[in-house]
Amino acid sequence: MTLTPKTNLKPKVAVYKFSSCDGCQLSILNLEDELLDLASVVDIAYFLEATRTVKPGPYDVGIVEGSVTTPHEAERIKEVRAECKFLISLGTCATAGGIQALRNFAKADEYAKTVYPHPEFLQYLETSTPISAHIPVDLEIWGCPVNKATVIEVLAALLQNRRPNFPPSPVCLECKRRGVVCVAVAQGIPCLGPVVHGGCGALCPANGRGCYGCFGPSSAGNFSALIVSMMPLDRYPNETANLLRSFSSHAPAFRAAADAAFKAAIGKETK
Amino acid sequence: MKTIEVPALARVEGEGGLHIGLKDGRAVEIRLDIYEPPRFFEGFLVGRYLQEVPDITARICGICPVAYQISSVTALESALEIKVTPQVYALRRLMYCGEYIESHALHIYLLQAPDLLGQPSALDLATIAPEVVKNALRMKKIGNELLKAIGGRSVHPVNACVGGWYRWPDAAPLKALLPELEWGLEFAKETVRWSLTLPYPDLEIDYEFVAIHHPDEYGIMLGDIWSSKGSKISIKDFETHYIEEQVQHSNALHGHTVDGSTYLVGPLARLNLNHEQLMPNAKRVLKDAKLKLPLKNPYKSLIARAIELVHFYEEAIALVKTYNPSGPAHTGIKLMAGEGAGASEAPRGLLYHRYKIDENGLIRFVKITPPTAQNLPRIEADLLALVPKLVKMEQERATLTAEQLVRAYDPCISCATHFLKLKIEEINHS
Repeated sequence: MTLTPKTNLKPKVAVYKFSSCDGCQLSILNLEDELLDLASVVDIAYFLEATRTVKPGPYDVGIVEGSVTTPHEAERIKEVRAECKFLISLGTCATAGGIQALRNFAKADEYAKTVYPHPEFLQYLETSTPISAHIPVDLEIWGCPVNKATVIEVLAALLQNRRPNFPPSPVCLECKRRGVVCVAVAQGIPCLGPVVHGGCGALCPANGRGCYGCFGPSSAGNFSALIVSMMPLDRYPNETANLLRSFSSHAPAFRAAADAAFKAAIGKETK
Repeated sequence: MKTIEVPALARVEGEGGLHIGLKDGRAVEIRLDIYEPPRFFEGFLVGRYLQEVPDITARICGICPVAYQISSVTALESALEIKVTPQVYALRRLMYCGEYIESHALHIYLLQAPDLLGQPSALDLATIAPEVVKNALRMKKIGNELLKAIGGRSVHPVNACVGGWYRWPDAAPLKALLPELEWGLEFAKETVRWSLTLPYPDLEIDYEFVAIHHPDEYGIMLGDIWSSKGSKISIKDFETHYIEEQVQHSNALHGHTVDGSTYLVGPLARLNLNHEQLMPNAKRVLKDAKLKLPLKNPYKSLIARAIELVHFYEEAIALVKTYNPSGPAHTGIKLMAGEGAGASEAPRGLLYHRYKIDENGLIRFVKITPPTAQNLPRIEADLLALVPKLVKMEQERATLTAEQLVRAYDPCISCATHFLKLKIEEINHS
């Protein structure tokens, strides 16, 4: 994919919101040093959080924040795909279903009854699913929220017709690079760092706590070894399992690992 | 019946739509539709361990995660009968200063001011007034840098926990922010002077203002809940005075006082109830502004935000200067079954949380009342008050005027589902 325009037109970028907290879109508005430059090299054609001007599609790049949780969203995402040449999922909701995917492990109707006096007024799907479960996605940016430097890198790479440079290594390696002492080894705190996609800069361990997996699963994570080494450190029942079943719970690797961890916990209890 | 579709309401957080039904020039229907999907936080928090709560509730809103973190930790600390140290409390206020600076700078310059200056966005504003927008972004960045220095990142920071902080942030990066904070304080004062020159539409509403009040500091966390009608209640009694109802057209609940009337939370409420507790520079700019308090024009909440910016820059400078952490960053937790309520002033208004926990520290019940849910009935009522003016305007101008009113509230609809598509239906005389 190249965004190098055949004419002198700037590439048109659209930013969409699905079920989310707005934090990943805000990460674009938080590019305080780059925002005006960005607006000079791309045409921000649709970005409701930033502007009421809506330029008609098709768009060269679509950036989607949020997951699909309503029948309306399941339809709308198809329209989004149809009007965007290159489609990016922005953040953990869009790439894995987000925190609201916790409903996938329960009954959404029960939740609706808990929260609303008239659940019958609501329209929602039983599950919260990533964008890729509905349409083909060209690139996924993980993070809850995304690291804004990654957003700039992706847009710059598209403009320069090259592959974006993502950190291939897990959070665990980012700790080593930063010189952060391992919280699991030194303090006995369960940490998902060995199996989590890098990109945050090892924020949690640097703050004296274990990684809680908001950047999703690393492609090379050894999940069974993680469970064996972290579960004995649990400070409350099922801490490791709950860490896996939180912000990226619907990601296949995390689903399987959380299931295994819950099962191991039950096995231990019955012994 | 004729239906007119107008562009989706932009520059708000979240998703919603506005529907006004007119008949013979009179509004017969008004509905702020919230189709921001429900995400069921109060459902899936049940069964989680209490220390996970501030990280999870932060995800309700990417613009005010700190408000969610602080309201939840204070509620849980109340359930566990934990009293945090003055140092822990001071750092919570400093982190909140960061969120106010970031959120208010965003709202004033990027979300609301373009309306008053006839521009579709701050990016368009930047083409005619680049210095204004550059300074605004610099101001906003300082808030984000402050959040980053304390919590690792500005959106969903990772350092706050029940009992205090995971670790004391390093002092050097915080102290290094002082020159920028000093610049920000001066630019915030200039923002107040500039805010007084903007062309606000005329609209005075007799609101009931509700905000946290504290006698010794600008109320954002500790204190009682005051109303301009005279009631003063403790935070734990919030639900007996303020209730939420569900309406069919909205995924957000609607707040009312217990006697059924609407009330207003947010910057106007705080300024009107708490101006005596402003920091000295903020008090001086307020005096120089020669404003008649209470401020009752919803569009002028921009001025209230600007004055608060001065306050929070000033408070941030004082807190950074005295930051000298010692002792433990958090108080140990002794698990026990219990119940606790907590509240804090998110930049857009009062945010209330209540939790029940069991003896293992697991969450058994959650109640969250976000600021926008409380303001929604008030926004609808204000729109209704605006209708006689709207009907005399051309369609496009009417739409813009109504949108601008909604935006002036800084509605955070992600958190009130608890964005906006404007639909005006003209019901023909037939």
